[in-house]
Amino acid sequence: MSRCCNEFSRSSLLRRAVAEAGSGLPVIEPGMPLPAGTGLDRRDLLLRSAGLALAVYGAGAFPLPGFEEGVLEAAEAAPAQPVLVSVFLDGGADSLSLLAPVADPDYRRLRPRLALPDSGLVFTEDPRLRWHPEAAAFRTLHLEGKLTVLPTVGYRDADQSHFTSRHYWEVGATNPGLRTGWLGRYLDRAGRPDNPLQGLSLDGELAPPLATSKSPVAALRGVEGYRFWAPGVWGEVETQMLGTLAPLGAARGSRDRALASLAGTAKQAQRLRHQLAPFNGAGLTSPVAYPKHRSSFPARLAGLAAMLGAGLPLRCVALRAYGMYDTHDDQVEPLAQGLKLSGESLLAFQRDLEARGVADRVLTLVWTEFGRRAEENGSRGTDHGAAGVAMLMGARARGQMVGELPLLRDALDRQGNLKASVDFRSVYTSLLEQWFDFDAAGAIPNAKAYGRLQLVK
Amino acid sequence: MPQAAARVPVYRGRFGPEEAERLLWRAGFGPRRGEAEALARRGLNESVRALTAPGRQRFVGPRPRDEKGRPLAPRDAWGHDHLWWLDRMVRGNRPLLERMTLVWHDWFATSNEGVGSQGLMLRQNALFRRYWLGSFRQLTLAVTRDPAMLLWLSGTDNTKWSPNENYARELMELFTLGAGRGYTERDVREQARALTGFRNDWREGVGPTRFRFDRERHDLGPKRIFGRRGRFDWRDAVELCIKHPRHPSFFVSKLWGYFIPTAPPASTRRSLERLYVRNRYAVRPVVRAILKHPLLYDGPRMVKPPVVYTAGLLRASGRGIDTESWTWLCANAGQQLFYPPNVAGWNDDRWLDTATYLARWDIAGRVTRPAQLDPGKVQAPFDADKLLDRALGFWGDPPLSAGTRRVLRAYTDRALATANQNWKRRSYPALIENSLRHLIAVSPDLQTS
Repeated sequence: MSRCCNEFSRSSLLRRAVAEAGSGLPVIEPGMPLPAGTGLDRRDLLLRSAGLALAVYGAGAFPLPGFEEGVLEAAEAAPAQPVLVSVFLDGGADSLSLLAPVADPDYRRLRPRLALPDSGLVFTEDPRLRWHPEAAAFRTLHLEGKLTVLPTVGYRDADQSHFTSRHYWEVGATNPGLRTGWLGRYLDRAGRPDNPLQGLSLDGELAPPLATSKSPVAALRGVEGYRFWAPGVWGEVETQMLGTLAPLGAARGSRDRALASLAGTAKQAQRLRHQLAPFNGAGLTSPVAYPKHRSSFPARLAGLAAMLGAGLPLRCVALRAYGMYDTHDDQVEPLAQGLKLSGESLLAFQRDLEARGVADRVLTLVWTEFGRRAEENGSRGTDHGAAGVAMLMGARARGQMVGELPLLRDALDRQGNLKASVDFRSVYTSLLEQWFDFDAAGAIPNAKAYGRLQLVK
Repeated sequence: MPQAAARVPVYRGRFGPEEAERLLWRAGFGPRRGEAEALARRGLNESVRALTAPGRQRFVGPRPRDEKGRPLAPRDAWGHDHLWWLDRMVRGNRPLLERMTLVWHDWFATSNEGVGSQGLMLRQNALFRRYWLGSFRQLTLAVTRDPAMLLWLSGTDNTKWSPNENYARELMELFTLGAGRGYTERDVREQARALTGFRNDWREGVGPTRFRFDRERHDLGPKRIFGRRGRFDWRDAVELCIKHPRHPSFFVSKLWGYFIPTAPPASTRRSLERLYVRNRYAVRPVVRAILKHPLLYDGPRMVKPPVVYTAGLLRASGRGIDTESWTWLCANAGQQLFYPPNVAGWNDDRWLDTATYLARWDIAGRVTRPAQLDPGKVQAPFDADKLLDRALGFWGDPPLSAGTRRVLRAYTDRALATANQNWKRRSYPALIENSLRHLIAVSPDLQTS
């Protein structure tokens, strides 16, 4: 069975979207202003020619007439805010393949067909373990002391439903009814009322960990292309038209949830349009090479690095990694592809941040909703498990393993799944306190119940 | 009618064009020009009857084609599956059939990402159409052995030698009972055993083929499911879920949610459950009761799903499928047909964010684009009220709330005021009329129903 990968159709769609949006503009007559899409007013032109030079000067030092005041203020008030990037391995990644306990006598018994050969890529902190043969990028980061590995992270009585377990991780509590994300609640307390870029989803839809109850957050597909194009409208009429988005969205009030969500979204869209004006069509360039791949994951990370370098006031960012990790059948190929491209993209991102001089203030949390069962199933795949793997990447990640992977005969619960040695809420509370200098009780229910881990150096 | 039906409250208020319009949006894709008025004249009962027992399928309007005028190839060409279905939504005269098919597509959400065959996806679509308001029990039985579903949730990988829990878990969690409602992890494992036995072949050039049940692969041993013991097979697996005491409440609440955004009152839910069970799991009586419920007419509004929004704008403007762009435009807005994001389907609470808002803006602009007025050729009136009325006419004169009218009127005044030279006074009104068409389509009145 061939599984065509998720990113493929999506990125091909986006390429076509760009190709279509520039066509069919009205004919220009002498004396008329240029229509939108081809023409730039003077302000945009200035910003665009400045483009990524912003990275050099920093947002505070450069006049930014295209940015709205809130964003500018946010950037000025705290120019070197710490940023947390959440990268989700969708589907429940198989931690026993990422770090394979090749020296464990039970490994081959449990994985007669899926056990990985000794890759030679020793995991230095636990020599029983080998990195997946395609996970060399993670190993590089680890050897440089920029990757903290949590080999068995989860929670007691793990729920084996994707949606439930993912939800728990997203909201930072084993509470199916909670409607805001753990980072969203942080932004509700510590964020600004006027800066949607503080919580940025890069997959084109709101990432649930960033769901707030009051602070604005934003979602976009990449840093390029947040442009509102209206056929047959240009010049002053277009300016007036686009200035009407927010009041129009609120024209029926916000009594209903639907109306409230439209009013809120329209307002944020109008604001975001201003904020991202400098990036519209600027053609981003990166100081390092990202993997060339049809997936949008490396491109999104490249765009994110450019935005961070340009001093945009981001705080929490979320996106999905490349790959499909719900590997019930024939897991060898898809898992290898996912780990390889995701690892190499993250390594390039780290290098990019280093080249731009912002690596000290960016930390990336890689997580998945659960691990997979230790014993393989009969379809050359693995079913849903309990504890999974998480990683923390960054110049200031402590770089030492947190938790452990015991011998498999001691590591499994009654259902044959890995037991957690670290609770995910310990990770969250520690990050909030050590990275954001924020009292975790303000975002994680019952925060004091979870032991803290030294995650940041 | 069974007595229980009478106990579900029925809307008794005025059923005018606005109420008819809301019904057409919730149970379909909005009115064509004049349709809301025509439906209002028939009254609520007759309208619901017409929607739930429509006449023969007819298609109104131009046949679907791609940019080059060629017919669609829904089984083969990428994105044409989406266009093929969108066309039925736009041109069909059985809107509730399309809407229920969309409900089942979301309910038993199967994505071609995992199936890899547009042909099998269309075959599943035909199945959803066949059972649209029929027996949910039969529908679930049919879905359980549907080839696309067997591929999507590892059904043909599930054998007695190596059970695969994928379908068993979702059958209970997402299709019939709800997460954590009345089953245990052990039930998941035992259900997986009951569901063993399906297989298929693979043929070069054809792909997966010859889907069938093979007793050799089926686990004939006794299982213990929901506390009962038996040598259960896939039919039993489904029956046990449908007859589970917590199934009717799951079914009714989930189905209700597709039509009305607030949860049903407890008494209504219980009445609907009785109606459902008494009619032996038939969907039609439940949908009829929901479509007549007062909360559909005087309750809160709903954000239109992207394909409903798109199909509706095309219907209202009288345009057919004449470009492949609707596929990626709808995907950008968060809903490409045959590609739900995961097995739980689309999230109806999350249609709007800054990215999908822009995509909906693009959809509205794309619908208006071919008919855009060229200021060099068309002289539009330099008059705010006339411009607004003309722009409304483009969409078949939908009712507009006072608030929206006020905002649009103020915008029009501001835009006209920028015309400070002669050439602007000649050309801006046409631009403004273009912009008003676009703005009306993204107003709360048209983005929600």
